[in-house]
Parts: sequence; structure tokens; C-alpha cells
Amino acid sequence: MTSETTLAPGQRDDAPVTTSKSVHSDRALLAEAITINRPAQELYAFWRDPANLAPIMENIQAIEKLDDRRSRWTVKAPAGREVTWDSVITEDVPGEAITWQSAPDADVANSGRIEFREVAGRGTVVRATIAYDPPAGALGQLIAKLFQREPRIQTRRDLKRFKQLMETGEVATAARTRKQLEEEQA
Amino acid sequence: MRALTWHGKHDVRVDTVDDPEIINPRDAIIKITATAICGSDLHLYDGYIPTMQAGDILGHEFMGEVVETGPKSTLRKGQKVVVPFTISCGSCYHCGKHQYSACDNGNPADNQDIGRELYGQPMSGLFGYSHMTGGYAGGQAEYVRVPFSDVGPIVVPDHIEDEKVLFLSDILPTGWMAAENAQIEPGDTVAVWGCGPVGLFAVQSAFLMGAERVIAIDHFPHRLELARKFGAEAINFEETKTYEALMEMTGGIGPDAVIDAVGLEAHGFFVDNVIDQIKASMFLGTDRTHSIRQAILACRKGGRVSMPAVYGGFVDKFPLGAFMEKGLTLKTGQTHVQHYMPGLLNAIVEEKIDTTFLISHRMALEDAPKGYKMFHDNQNEVTKVVLKPDFAIAAE
Ligand SMILES: NC(=O)c1ccc[n+]([C@@H]2O[C@H](COP(=O)([O-])OP(=O)(O)OC[C@H]3O[C@@H](n4cnc5c(N)ncnc54)[C@H](O)[C@@H]3O)[C@@H](O)[C@H]2O)c1
Ligand SMILES: [Zn+2]
Ligand SMILES: [Zn+2]
Repeated sequence: MTSETTLAPGQRDDAPVTTSKSVHSDRALLAEAITINRPAQELYAFWRDPANLAPIMENIQAIEKLDDRRSRWTVKAPAGREVTWDSVITEDVPGEAITWQSAPDADVANSGRIEFREVAGRGTVVRATIAYDPPAGALGQLIAKLFQREPRIQTRRDLKRFKQLMETGEVATAARTRKQLEEEQA
Repeated sequence: MRALTWHGKHDVRVDTVDDPEIINPRDAIIKITATAICGSDLHLYDGYIPTMQAGDILGHEFMGEVVETGPKSTLRKGQKVVVPFTISCGSCYHCGKHQYSACDNGNPADNQDIGRELYGQPMSGLFGYSHMTGGYAGGQAEYVRVPFSDVGPIVVPDHIEDEKVLFLSDILPTGWMAAENAQIEPGDTVAVWGCGPVGLFAVQSAFLMGAERVIAIDHFPHRLELARKFGAEAINFEETKTYEALMEMTGGIGPDAVIDAVGLEAHGFFVDNVIDQIKASMFLGTDRTHSIRQAILACRKGGRVSMPAVYGGFVDKFPLGAFMEKGLTLKTGQTHVQHYMPGLLNAIVEEKIDTTFLISHRMALEDAPKGYKMFHDNQNEVTKVVLKPDFAIAAE
């Protein structure tokens, strides 16, 4: 479908680089794509407001808006601990993409990009790319464990909940009682 | 409330558990008036389906009265509804194509990983059918929480008896879709393996879709007799060499379409089946697949294979060569129940389809464990068990 007919030097095929066999799936770079049956603008607008994200993300305790570009993320860590960092939006293309990066003093340096691309008849392809760099030391190990608890699966589940909320207005749960739901979310 | 819970192989009990509550805006709570035990439940009972947990509430064929609604439910208290076994959102791409059992959103995100690993993409949620399909509590209970109640449940007229419409929840649409997937053309001969509820509804549906002849295969005389009542010719595979009989009965051509309504627990002393059974018991394989093998071999060249029967894992000795060389077409899948409910409700109201013939036993919910055992041990006479929470418990 693209106009280029020959591959760039060093490029072996048309697959995303994140799916290369030489990128370890549980390491520092991952990408997940999902198709959501809603307009790109609506999905972008939801994602652009950090207050919306905590309920659909696993492990996230709170996301506090500091200003239009900055937000503070608090993540549940084992043994009742918390990890906090500030995140800064570095590129904002309305309706199309958001790129963010942790502030320089973050315990766990991380950056990411989410792109929204409309596809005729199917809604919008949402692609999230996440890169992070766990630090050394005891806390670093803790954080690494937290993030490396299958970060790809975590990201995929977060995107699934995003899709459920945007397409159906709710996040699917099998809980039979409110108590069960609370236990699941704890 | 009281509910039928799974505790392990051949161990189901009626326990007291917390009543369900409205959790999401589109939910409704249904007070169950009738629910049935399905052939698929026997796969759970026999321990063939992975990701079951002790205490899981079973049941995916049920109906009842709306007693509570979430703010986004379109149901009203007091309405009588039949609930499809597939939990589908109605708004994703697949629901838009009426492929309801492939819904992207009915299954909670955390439960979708297993389906992705096993099948490449996760399927919709199902009621009372393991955690791979969502871990939702089923309807063999006094009450049930129904998600997406604005899309799934169909409102039925108050004056229709429960028993006439209950099977809209699963087996009637399943038998119908099985016949539709057989892409029947006028003059066709259709062979159906298995005369359980699904096979029997497939027989009825095949005739309604214009099949000239239907040949039904089973080993239970009573079930074969029911198929014959609808006009099918019967083959008892214990008495008869099925393939030879089919070839002779179709003038050496083979049936134009074949329907496997047996599934992963095929009975019978066939060599391939016994090997499968040994492997299943040693955890080397999972599915016993004699019926689908035989169906593929018998099917005429260029014919159609429809497979409503449930398989969960991998199979050995699938006759891929025969399938390819003969140029067959296979259509299968969990039923897109919501798609078929309105049309089939009309067919019931207009008395074009008979459903109650199937029910052999009616019992109290409290007696459900006995119902499972009977359905499991005596399939000849026990064709369908309907459980009713307010049914007087039979005196012992
Ligand atoms: N696709 C779906 O959405 C869907 C829905 C409901 C049920 N099902 C599946 O459909 C299948 C049938 O369901 P049911 O409720 O009718 O089950 P059932 O157990 O009541 O009936 C199966 C019948 O097959 C017969 N049988 C066994 N081995 C045979 C063989 N080798 N040849 C011919 N017949 C044989 C049995 O004697 C029995 O009468 C099951 O696998 C069930 O899980 C699928
Ligand atoms: Zn069923
Ligand atoms: Zn859907």
C-alpha cells in the first residue's frame, strides 16, 4: 500500500520494529495496537486528560494533573509502598498523537507515545509505544519488578479497558457483587 | 441466594452465595424462572474445560423476570426475558457484523489473555463457562447479573410458557445456525452426527431450510426416535457401519452437507476414539473427535461441513488430506445467539418450530446435582433437564 517499493537499507521487512525478534518482549521497549470503534478525536481527547486514565490502568493509584502538560503518577508497589513520578507531554498533535516523558528526576525513567489513526469502517487504530529504563539499586529492583511484571500484558489490558469504556461506556467485569469488584480492584 | 456451583470433576453442589448486584450501568438483575442443563455443561462436569475454579456458578441457558435495572439498561422491571449465553456489547466491530460470539468487549480484559494464547484472539464472554470466557456467574441460580442487558436479553410475551422459549438462550439458535452453516440447497441430503438437543434442533432446522433428506446418527434409541419424528432417517452407529450406510443411502455420493453435533466427548468403541481417550486421560491431548473425522470422510466431494460441536484444544488425526482433496468447506463457531433470537421467537409463536418435545425432566434447582448425574449417566432417556427455582422439591 505504501509508495516505497524497496526496503530501506538495514530494514528487513515491513513489520513494526517493536516486533523484531531481537527486541526482548519483556524488556524496555514495547508496542501494542488495538482498534477502537470510535472517532480518533474522541479517543485523543479522552487520553489527553490524565484524570481519565487511572480507572482503566492496572496498578495506577492516582494521576494528578499539575498543569496542562504535566501530571503526577502514583503507582502501587509491593509491601504497601508507592512510587511517584512526574510525566511531561513533549509532543501533542491534536486528534493524532501524544508523546510523553518522565521528568528528569523520576525514579523510573519512562517515555511513551500513543497514536490515533482512523481506518475506514473500523474506527481508529490506537498504537501505544512504551519505553522505560529501570534504575539500579534496591528501589530500582522493586520498580523494575513492578514494571516488568509482564509490561506488555499490562499495556494490552490497559488498552482493552480503554476500548471497552469508549465503545460500551463501561469496563467489563465478572464481579457479581460490589464487594467482589472492590476486591478485584484492590 | 441458592446456586449450583462447580467443585471439581463430577462434583457440583447447590450452595448459598451472595445475591448478585448491579455493577455496571447497562446491567440488569434477572430472577430466574427456568434454566436448563446443556450438553456443554457436561464438558465442565467431566472436567474437560480448563480454567474452572471451585465455587463457580454454572448455567448458560436461562430466563426469568427483570427485577432490577442499571441506569443504561433498556429493560423494565417485571418484563419476562430470555438471556443469550453469549455476553456481547452490541457496539464493537464484531457485534456490528452480528458476530456476537466474537464480541471484543464482553470478556473482562484480565481474562482475555488465555483466549489470546490459546486461540490467537479472545472470544466473547459466556455465562457460567470457565474463566477463559470471562468467569461470569451463570444462571443455574435464583438470580443472575446480566451485563449489556440492553443488547442481549429478548423480551418475550407474558402469555408464552417458559418452556417454549427457554431454548432461545442457546440450543435452538445453535441447531439453527448449524443448519444455516451447512448452506443447504433444495434437494440436499444432510447427515447429522449426534441427536442431543443441538442435533435434534439441527434436524428440524435443516428440513425448514429445504433439505430433502436428513440422516441422523446416534446410538441412543430414544434420541434417534425423536429425530425420526421430525422426518429424519436414523443410523444407530452401534448396530450399523455408519460410513457404509451413508454411502449406500446416498447412492455412493455421500451427504451434501454434514453436521457434527457431538463434540469433544464422542462416545463409542472406535480405535481412534480409544486412542484419544487414553491421551485425554494422560493429559497428552484434550479432544476426542471421532465424529468430525467420520463426517469429513463421509461428506461428498465439494460438500459442506458444519460443526456446532464444541472443541477446546488440539486434535490428532484430523483428516486434513481428505478435507483438502475433496475441497470441503467448514463453518463453525459459538453461536451468534442475539442474531437469531428474534426470528426464532417468531417461529415459536407461529408454531413453526417445536421446542418442548425435548424436555424429559423438570426439577427443582435444589435437585440440580441429581439432574447433572442423570443427564450424564442416562443420555438415552434424559434428553433435557429443566430446573426451576420454585419447583416443589421431589419427595425422596
Ligand atoms: N456452538 C455452540 O455455540 C454450542 C452451543 C451449545 C452446545 N454446543 C455443543 O454441541 C454439542 C452437542 O450438544 P448437546 O447439548 O446436543 O449434547 P448432548 O451430549 O446431549 O448430545 C450429544 C449426542 O451425541 C451422541 N454421540 C456421541 N458420540 C457419537 C458418535 N461417535 N457419533 C454420533 N453420535 C454420537 C450422544 O449419544 C448424544 O446423544 C456439544 O459439543 C455442545 O458442547 C455448541
Ligand atoms: Zn448450552
Ligand atoms: Zn461487541
